[in-house]
Amino acid sequence: MAIATARSSAGNQARTRRRRTKNVFLWGACGLALVLLVVPVVWIIGGVLANSLPHWHWNVLTTDQQGNGGGLLNAIQGTFLITALVLVVAGVVGIAGGLYLAEFCPPERGQLLRGASEVLSGVPSIVLGYVGYIALVAGVFHWGFSLAAAVIVLSVLVIPYITKTTEVAIRNVPTAYREGGEALGMRSGYMLRRLVLKPALPGIVTGLIVAAAIAVGETAPLLYTAGYSGNGPTFSLTHSPLGYLTYAVFTFYNQPSNSAHQLANSAALILILLVVLLIVVARVVVSFTQRYSPDRQVRVPRARRAR
Amino acid sequence: MTVGATVSKTDTDLPTAAPSQSGGGGGGPDPGAHDPSGGGPAGPGAGQEKWWRGERLGPQVLRVVTHLPLIVLVLIMAALIWKAIPAIRYNGFGFFGRSVWNFGNLYAPILHTHGVAHPPGALYGALPLILGTIGSSAIAMVLALPVGVGTALVVVEKLPPRLSYGIGFCLEILAGVPSVVIGLWGFLTLGPFLMHHVATLWANHVPDVPVLRFFRGPTGNGQGLLTSGVILAMMIVPIIAATTRDLLRQVPRGTVEGAVALGMTDAEAANTVTIPWVRSGVIGASMLGLGRALGETIAVAMVSGVLVGSPIRSLYSAFSTIAATIVSQLDGAFTDASGLAVATLAELALVLLVITLLANVGARLLVRRVATTALPVGRGI
Repeated sequence: MAIATARSSAGNQARTRRRRTKNVFLWGACGLALVLLVVPVVWIIGGVLANSLPHWHWNVLTTDQQGNGGGLLNAIQGTFLITALVLVVAGVVGIAGGLYLAEFCPPERGQLLRGASEVLSGVPSIVLGYVGYIALVAGVFHWGFSLAAAVIVLSVLVIPYITKTTEVAIRNVPTAYREGGEALGMRSGYMLRRLVLKPALPGIVTGLIVAAAIAVGETAPLLYTAGYSGNGPTFSLTHSPLGYLTYAVFTFYNQPSNSAHQLANSAALILILLVVLLIVVARVVVSFTQRYSPDRQVRVPRARRAR
Repeated sequence: MTVGATVSKTDTDLPTAAPSQSGGGGGGPDPGAHDPSGGGPAGPGAGQEKWWRGERLGPQVLRVVTHLPLIVLVLIMAALIWKAIPAIRYNGFGFFGRSVWNFGNLYAPILHTHGVAHPPGALYGALPLILGTIGSSAIAMVLALPVGVGTALVVVEKLPPRLSYGIGFCLEILAGVPSVVIGLWGFLTLGPFLMHHVATLWANHVPDVPVLRFFRGPTGNGQGLLTSGVILAMMIVPIIAATTRDLLRQVPRGTVEGAVALGMTDAEAANTVTIPWVRSGVIGASMLGLGRALGETIAVAMVSGVLVGSPIRSLYSAFSTIAATIVSQLDGAFTDASGLAVATLAELALVLLVITLLANVGARLLVRRVATTALPVGRGI
């Protein structure tokens, strides 16, 4: 950044040098921040790979856990079952909520409901787990450690995310679509399905994928609602604890046996792979919408400033 | 559900209004502006429709469902308060000033004090837990804020698009890695590395004076306040960095280019134009991250050493947060037949809920206030 000066005195030059040094220093600090952020990501992934791959056995995927060893089949089945049911329950409630907030809700009521949803998303997950325990597992309903309790608590956790993404996706649908539909005399329900929900679908799906990633990775709300079982899920909603991957990590990491450590590391590897897969799918969905969205804006590269 | 049912009774005039006005797009229909004779496209036919048709029933169902988060929130509060009442009565205000965690003698006959059943000798104090929660989150914030903002600045201003796409992917991975995996990595790798190779650089050279004493002492085995703070920082930095990056992309180029045209260096332009422009959003994102750090459970439970009931000695000693205490003590609390231990955990959960809600609500109020008063152009100019 050359600073042109009419009268170039010694003081001016010193000041220019000082400003230039400050400039370099700030961008150096920002670059350092970038490094500090990227290094842990690589380190975590590399660490998990290094800990798990040397002892990886494919039969981890095909056998149930036995004591401190065996495999993770029961935990994998449990995680998939819980996540699928959470997507159904929270998906229905969350999408319905987002639809109502975007389309039908009077503004004041909407502000209240949105506020409640945001506050709910700020409630720590362990508090949800604790309330789930005293209300569903041991208290009022006496379901015991069970699939139903786990699914309800996790759904409460992710519903605010799904509601938010659904509402944003629907609000982003151009008003002209609706006006066109009304002009053609469509029924409001039909119009909503064909002209509003369809273009909003990728946004809604992205929200669901984020919810799935949260459901796969949560531990605290499940510990005291799903309990744990070394056997595969029984598909009974109540009075039947079931296993899940995060529990395997949380419990086996400090057990005094090598086979337990290997289970914990393998479970961590599977968890990371699942989350990365979900993120990649979400990115593909997003890029798909950007490519085929009707009002796509051609991205113009920003003029680069002289340095 | 009863609350939802009564709510749907209180204003039944809405669903008939809503479907015919659903073309409103952004704002949503306004009940005050509703004109029953207004004759939308579906207007005349609407009265003859069967009530179970989607157009009539749909919004009703949606409205009840949308109230679920509100109902659940109220139920959570009610359940916690109801469960915590015995503990609040037994522990009193001293709960917030004591550094002790004692179930009492679980094998002795149960006593009654103030009408609350408890084992003899039971005494609880949450002071170190509250300090640990706030302290570890403060460390996380101090580390994560500059790293997040710096990363966002360099990504938006300096990096080519392809590279910043890759950094965005990194951020999503970091945000998406389950906390239990980060905890495992912190326990196996980061904690020992920090305590053996980083903290030893200064831990024995810090002078033994009142405040600095906190940074002095044996660095231990890798579980402690420092490791927890760093782990929490890694968990909240994606929130701050991603939000700041998205905000920075919305800063109008004209103002920044104007600043550069006046002869500012890039750094001065960033300081005087770009940063003030996004400041309120960054504060909001930081407070949201703070809320997550305060409530984070599993990762902290794995790297904090979960030491309840004794004061925090140094930056490297084991400690515990409220959330980690709840998750690690609940199993043991069931052995208290009087139920006081479980009730005390409910009181802790209530304290944690209040702290995190203060952070979250504070974030929204702060952002709203700053956003309405801030001028679009940076105040530094």
